[in-house]
Amino acid sequence: MHAPSTNTAKPLVSLNDVSVRFGPLAALEHISLKLNAGEIITAIGPNGAGKSTLIKLIVGLEQPTEGSVARAKNLRIGYMPQKLHINPQLPITTERFLALSGPKAKLAEAVKRLNIDCLLKTPVQKLSGGELQRVLLARALMQAPELLVLDEPAQGVDVTGQAELYHLLGELRRELGCAVFMVSHDLHLVMAKTDQVLCLNKHICCHGEPESVSQHPEYIQLFGKKAAEDIAVYTHDHDHTHDLHGDVVDPAHAGCQHKHH
Amino acid sequence: MPDFLIYALIAACSLALVAGPLGSFVVWQRLAYFGDTLAHGALLGVALALFAELNVTITIVATSIAMAVCLFLLQSRAELGSDTLLGILSHTALAAGLVGVSLAGTSVDLFAYLFGDLLTTDATSALVIAAISALAMACLAYFWRDLLLMVIDEALAKVEGVPVAALKLMLLVLVAIVVALAIRVIGVLLITALLVIPAAAGRRLAVSPEGMAICASMLAVLAVFIGLGLSFYANTPAGPSIVLATSFLFVTSLLKRQRA
Repeated sequence: MHAPSTNTAKPLVSLNDVSVRFGPLAALEHISLKLNAGEIITAIGPNGAGKSTLIKLIVGLEQPTEGSVARAKNLRIGYMPQKLHINPQLPITTERFLALSGPKAKLAEAVKRLNIDCLLKTPVQKLSGGELQRVLLARALMQAPELLVLDEPAQGVDVTGQAELYHLLGELRRELGCAVFMVSHDLHLVMAKTDQVLCLNKHICCHGEPESVSQHPEYIQLFGKKAAEDIAVYTHDHDHTHDLHGDVVDPAHAGCQHKHH
Repeated sequence: MPDFLIYALIAACSLALVAGPLGSFVVWQRLAYFGDTLAHGALLGVALALFAELNVTITIVATSIAMAVCLFLLQSRAELGSDTLLGILSHTALAAGLVGVSLAGTSVDLFAYLFGDLLTTDATSALVIAAISALAMACLAYFWRDLLLMVIDEALAKVEGVPVAALKLMLLVLVAIVVALAIRVIGVLLITALLVIPAAAGRRLAVSPEGMAICASMLAVLAVFIGLGLSFYANTPAGPSIVLATSFLFVTSLLKRQRA
């Protein structure tokens, strides 16, 4: 099962029938997935669905029990964890933290772009969730990753901040041509801003464009009918932007119901 | 100035200088207990050297490194809480060392190992300590950026290609070597203090990681002079005097109001 894509180049990361087990407990089962340049893929799923494990697999922090993970050679991954576990005994300003990732000129550019001048002298430990996400994005911008991986970027960020964050992600994707893979709880913005949605519950329940996934019976079962209707209304408002996708459906998802509003 | 005091100063100042950056990493990586365990293990090295009639310093260094590697492997594998693990190993090593040394004979001045015997440092030891300290500082300086990334967030560092496991092992081995060398200067029971206390004081004065390391080095050197002065004039044991001086400097640093 892989994402339909106009990109014929080799995928940046591909998971081939990967399972991860911790002892007798299965965290992920038979996941196959390809991440292509320029694509935004979002994984959603309930708690314990294996979202974090999937992220760790993709960035290489976790090894598959079965199956294989292939990465493009020398792949530059920009990883944005939810929070950093920085020891309070480490005196480090945001500026110094960013300076570890690249030369001054790039730093200045990224700081300007993300409008984080005012945070430069703040110790990294004192950044709020939303501020940290912006700082990490600035870092990603400096490093020009080919793949940006975000772990629940919207958590602890207010609604305006979230919208801004996703907007920035979209821009970065366009500018850098990088792939974006993220995990999220936040259904609305995910559905609006992502190319491919992956509905995860240990296995991949369904997979496709946001509109189609939101109508999938397994999705409705997982998130409730209300969520599906909300999304439907939401995407309806934005039909004009999503029409551009056309109705391309991968034959592999023949099992999914696709009702477009 | 008498020769023995010069040798003592060279040895103690070299250790104080390396204690700045290395101690900062001990604080950042929460390795204080680990340092204690290694120091206690060094006593086991003394016992081993006596039994096998080997060079004491080399045996202590070798034992410490071996222990550091064992701990590294145990910690990366076992699900055992690392403070429990260290608690068991640390005191087992100390007890085994004490029993071993007493079995090996009465010719050893146990007190010198427990609390250090700085003023008996000879020219060779002073030079060895200075050289190894310089080497350890060079290692830290060379890998400074990667080490900082590791301290900031291990997962992030790993994803960005920093060889986290190798760096961790290097840090542990450096701590092991410095601790082993410092045993004769500060003593088994007090060596971690020389690593942790100046770094903790430096933390209060610095706004950057480098600043903290440099401040810690300066404070440790200052403590060496204060401690040795006290020892020279009041005839107190040198190691504990130096540690007491670091504590004094730490308390003084508390007076500075912390920036936000």
